[in-house]
Amino acid sequence: MEQPILEMKSITKEFPGVKALDDVTFSVAKGEIHCLVGENGAGKSTLMKVLSGVHPYGTYSGEIFINGEPQKFSGIRDSENAGIAIIYQELALVPELSVYDNIFLGNEITNGLTIDSYETIKQSTEILKKVGLDVNPESKVKTLGVGKQQLIEIAKALKKNVKILILDEPTAALNETDSDNLLELIKELKRQGVTCILISHKLREVLAVADTITVLRDGKTICTLDHRDRQVRENTLIRHMVGRSIDNVFPKREKIAPGEEVLRLENWSAYAPALGRQILKDVNISVRAGEIVGIAGLMGSGRTELAKSIFGNPDRYHVSGKIFIKGKEQKFRNPHDAIISQLAYVTEDRKGNGLILIQDVKTNITLANLREITERGIVNKNEEIVIANNYKQNLNIKTPSIEQKVLNLSGGNQQKVSLGKWLFVKPGVMILDEPTRGIDVGAKYEIYTIMNSLVERGMSIIMISSELPEILGMSDRIYVMSGGQIKGELAGEEATQEKIMEIAVEY
Amino acid sequence: MLNEKSDPPKPSIFSEIASLLSANFSQYFMFIALIVIMLIFTIATDGVFISSRNISNLLNQMGYIAVLAVGMTLIIVIRHIDLSVGYLAGFLGAFAAIAMTSWGLPVYVVIPVVLILGALSGLLTSLPIAKLGVPAFVSTMAAGLIFRGALLLVTMGTGTIIIRDPTFNAIGNGFIPDIPDFGFLDDRHKVTLIIGLIAIIFSIFSAVQTRRRKISYNFDVSSTPMFILQMILTSAIIGYVMWVLSGYNGLSWSLVVVLIVVALFTFITTQTPLGRHIYAVGGNPEAAELSGISVSRITMLVFAFMGFLSALSGILYASRLQSATTTAGLGFETDAIAAAFVGGVSAAGGVGTIPGSIIGALVMMSLTSGMNLMGIDISIQYIVRGAVLVGAVIVDRATRRGR
Repeated sequence: MEQPILEMKSITKEFPGVKALDDVTFSVAKGEIHCLVGENGAGKSTLMKVLSGVHPYGTYSGEIFINGEPQKFSGIRDSENAGIAIIYQELALVPELSVYDNIFLGNEITNGLTIDSYETIKQSTEILKKVGLDVNPESKVKTLGVGKQQLIEIAKALKKNVKILILDEPTAALNETDSDNLLELIKELKRQGVTCILISHKLREVLAVADTITVLRDGKTICTLDHRDRQVRENTLIRHMVGRSIDNVFPKREKIAPGEEVLRLENWSAYAPALGRQILKDVNISVRAGEIVGIAGLMGSGRTELAKSIFGNPDRYHVSGKIFIKGKEQKFRNPHDAIISQLAYVTEDRKGNGLILIQDVKTNITLANLREITERGIVNKNEEIVIANNYKQNLNIKTPSIEQKVLNLSGGNQQKVSLGKWLFVKPGVMILDEPTRGIDVGAKYEIYTIMNSLVERGMSIIMISSELPEILGMSDRIYVMSGGQIKGELAGEEATQEKIMEIAVEY
Repeated sequence: MLNEKSDPPKPSIFSEIASLLSANFSQYFMFIALIVIMLIFTIATDGVFISSRNISNLLNQMGYIAVLAVGMTLIIVIRHIDLSVGYLAGFLGAFAAIAMTSWGLPVYVVIPVVLILGALSGLLTSLPIAKLGVPAFVSTMAAGLIFRGALLLVTMGTGTIIIRDPTFNAIGNGFIPDIPDFGFLDDRHKVTLIIGLIAIIFSIFSAVQTRRRKISYNFDVSSTPMFILQMILTSAIIGYVMWVLSGYNGLSWSLVVVLIVVALFTFITTQTPLGRHIYAVGGNPEAAELSGISVSRITMLVFAFMGFLSALSGILYASRLQSATTTAGLGFETDAIAAAFVGGVSAAGGVGTIPGSIIGALVMMSLTSGMNLMGIDISIQYIVRGAVLVGAVIVDRATRRGR
């Protein structure tokens, strides 16, 4: 057998109080696409940080070999020199700089003193061609979509003459088309001889591109599966990942007849002055009590903008149209008004605008409804602890205590804190924006279960999601958006992925 | 035992102290540093530093910076900065002086008017920040220039304005009255001791109350010996400070003002929804806005508080000097910002406490006072203070990391 390009042997990495990696062995053959899967907290990112030198030699035990040579990386520079490049989920581009400046950032081509722009642009064009990206290298990065920015990251890595490319959840923020493009690119790079390590939660992607799949669980290597003949099944993977088999990804719900209408939009339009364009046009939707209404659509179709414009319009779009809550017209001047009308909005971006990471669990949970625990102008902190502990228990938030900073929780548990925060507002209608993005299979199931129990108790949920199986599995009714408009409405049982995509791509 | 059902193996009181200290290290660090600094100066000056007279002077001198530090804490917590506070204090001090001397307005009118003017100035300064997103650095620097010009303008004809109102001047120089001697503790300021005693009783009472309430909720509380130890420590600190002060004229009016301001703002920040909102805006403004908190309203309010406290600072300073000068307020903002940072406020926002900043102010003031007593040249004093500022922030960052 050919010598593996990368071998990590008996890697153990401990953080104070936690063994993040426990005797992990990981071996990658030259020129393959090797997928690394596992639940959040399984140790995938830590393993890659060890490999890329973020955790330098000496802070872990075990050995790393590249082409049989032992390696002792003391920093990212060392691993880069060895031909390893890592692309994180959060992009590391400078939005105000041009595409070519970004590609050559830190490795500028100079004529001795000044940057040789012509040469840089010329080389950038070639590299961009390699990643199949057709953009003007002189345009600023901020003018491009997330999908294209992701490709620029890859271009940047390729420029450094990379042999092993690590992609950490590269498609998490991408829509289907961009994801497909990216996966095609990975296959193309493989043909060009680049070895890829792909970390992903999206198992369908993994099964579509992987040659080999390694499963981590609780910091241990569970198994390495050969997938060249496409024999591995999703169920098998899930079973290895969670240590149990989840036959049904979506929990069953007793369908109840929907109640009366709780929210209606009439000719709802919005114009974003900052972007200088119309983002929503004549949206008419209706939501009834006890329903889960899915909103599908591609990235940029206006789904999040719709949610925000309803929820007190914090981004100050110019909106027109009417909102009716339980049949009464309402005008929300800010999110506070929307909360008063029993609306809740669990944001897409937990870290960015959902939670206050430096504060603890209990403070986050009570933030949107402090009034409830305020007596004579003073916050009753004892009551707060009782409430937070209740949510911790009911939502199964895994944290040593509610005094823990949200920062230290895993993605799934942060999402549960977010849910708890908005449940405490006691809403009638809850808008969930990408409720399971970036969280693991087990936590997803729990969140679906919570959603079901909420609608069974008469709450209404509007769920925005880019994951079609989720939309199909959970929704009673589905609106499909495109170009800021509702292009179609489907009943849950008649909808299929194909039908939704057909509507979503129509312009 | 109070909590029989969930009694874990009982930790010794020492391990309880150790875990408490390690969990709150960054909070206690500056307090311990303050005590160390005071000890060093006490030794270096053969005890002069810790004398009643010096401590009294030190505390009275720091009044006008302490109130600014309180406001600056809130400003930095919401991720802003206010560079105008020094000149605003200087200008409003001069305004107060003119109102009393030239216009003959009574002090009881002048003080509230000046405080309101301060709040309004802060509000006005914050409008471009809160409504248009102008960086606070720019908006408050511009405001500072304007206030400085205004100060020069109002003092142009007269230069330094001497204030002759005894009530006004008492704020910065006077002490609370004492009861007549009756043959016991005659060399001490008895009202100060009585206030100290009341403060100790009150702190014990409220601590017991809080503990009772927690027990009624079935929450874990510290062990009884630990609780008693904490109360003894708190009482000892209050008692000692009051004892020292009672040896030299007792509590000053300016210290009373500072204590009221600190108590009020500590209450607001730790107990009220407004306090929660301020820290939420500092921790993540977008999340705060989506939680129904108006970020612009909180911003304007915090700047109004800052303006109010700047006015108070101006009054304390003018009253202490018994005059308004053309250079009043120069560099106050630097001292206030330094006190806040030394006290553990984070420039990234959302982190920092009022008592912490007061300790920061005490550290900086102790350095000045101690080095003055030792006759260290002003040039070296600046260098030492700079080094302590950066050192404190480095320690703060290092101990916070990984939490």
